[in-house]
Amino acid sequence: MLRLPPFVLHQPATLAEAIALLAQHAPDVRVISGGTDLVPNLKLGQTKVGHLVSARFLEELHGITRTATHLRIGAATGLHALAQDEDVREVLPALAYAASRIASPQIRNMGTLGGNISLDTRCRYINQTELWREALGGCLKSHGTECHVVPGGQGCVAALSADTVPPLIAYGAIAEMVSDTGVRRAPVADLFQQDGTWHVRIAREELLVAVEIPIPAPGTRVAYRKWSVRQSIDFPLVSLAVRLDTDGAALVGGSIVVSALGPRPRVLTLERLAGRPLDEALAQALGQMAYDRARPLPNIPYDAEYRRERMVIEIRRAVRVLIGLPEKPLMLQT
Amino acid sequence: MTVADSTPPAPVLVNLQLNGEPTSVAVPPHWTLLELLRYGLGLTGTKQGCDKGDCGTCTVRIDGEPQLACLTLAVEVRDRHVETVEGLGVGGEPHPLQEAFARVGAAQCGFCTPGMLMSASAYVDALSLQDDPVVRREDIAAALGGNLCRCTGYTKILQAVEEVAQLVLDRQRDLAEPAAEQP
Repeated sequence: MLRLPPFVLHQPATLAEAIALLAQHAPDVRVISGGTDLVPNLKLGQTKVGHLVSARFLEELHGITRTATHLRIGAATGLHALAQDEDVREVLPALAYAASRIASPQIRNMGTLGGNISLDTRCRYINQTELWREALGGCLKSHGTECHVVPGGQGCVAALSADTVPPLIAYGAIAEMVSDTGVRRAPVADLFQQDGTWHVRIAREELLVAVEIPIPAPGTRVAYRKWSVRQSIDFPLVSLAVRLDTDGAALVGGSIVVSALGPRPRVLTLERLAGRPLDEALAQALGQMAYDRARPLPNIPYDAEYRRERMVIEIRRAVRVLIGLPEKPLMLQT
Repeated sequence: MTVADSTPPAPVLVNLQLNGEPTSVAVPPHWTLLELLRYGLGLTGTKQGCDKGDCGTCTVRIDGEPQLACLTLAVEVRDRHVETVEGLGVGGEPHPLQEAFARVGAAQCGFCTPGMLMSASAYVDALSLQDDPVVRREDIAAALGGNLCRCTGYTKILQAVEEVAQLVLDRQRDLAEPAAEQP
């Protein structure tokens, strides 16, 4: 049986109160929203903290609003609510789909967008009980000096596993944080760093309040693909978004965002392919481009080279969906 | 210094609706809802499985939604409605899902059953609120996607939920369209 260590739980009713609590207790403080990542990590001793600040009662963090140019999604908006929201499904379908593929129905009823963005990194070693980890003597992320998944590794490479992050980056989402020093806005693409021990560039004093996502132009389309062992519950083994900006006949620009590699997503921009026609050759070219530049590590389950090949398959499928080709090559249809 | 080094924080008074009854209980802030239900209130119908959100056997309904009691801080259910498997039947009678699980043989060891029932009851309730409801096995499987069963292979669980869902829809149609009068 796994039990939580003692902590002080604060349940502020206002944003001002929450910010003051974070400033007072940083760095020994975490924000808790749905708790579906933080609670197991506390139980496993992966996260150790003295104070939790609940986001549950902060009105400013809830809800989705649509303007002529943007969608603003509160950080404490539930993942199920996000996946079901009519505005999100209409203008940001890849984000709605990614949210619908997270974990299980129960976890989508509890987890929030802000929590998913802040999801801790994962690897085959760290997501175990403290007792289990003691046997190998800790690791770079867990009171040790040695990486057990990449022999000789000097930096922690635990994988970013948040399903909403690739589509958020592909759509050009901006995150809004508040602290006692004011409001800070940063592209979601800039929120992550190559350090699996703590990969999210949101300070302990800061509260992620919302993300703002520009409504895509008519020629822009985004697809999300997730591959996991089971359709439900599992974290992604391959997680990616493909964005194609087109003028209707040819590619103008776009990006491929690949996650579940290391602590930071890889973003490949497509400007140099501008002018390419929207055809099967484009699907093949983008798959090859990602194969050459994004390399899965043996940090999460399944053979790394197999995940690399699988990433290519998922990119091709995403491109085919976006340009209206059959999702699978005709030769494989039976 | 973290709190773990000092005295555990004092219990906090929480008011909630539990199976329809207003309930006030003092609970330490680091207790989960699962610990409160099982060890604080003696409601052992909700099972303790993986304790980290993988298995779904601790599923309860919070404000109607299936959620995991093992990942919910008890203090965070303040002012909310919590329904456990003990609250599923009415007046000592089993819920139609409980009756169908028993009749169809949807339980073997039974450890996943309370969680299955809570997810299934949310599915059936949501179905009857839809404009043009249709019972589909793939929808039932998706609704139960967060509940693991290691015995049954799921077939009879899906069958039990499907039967009850169809029964609920049939009853709804009967109420909405009374049979034409006999000539």
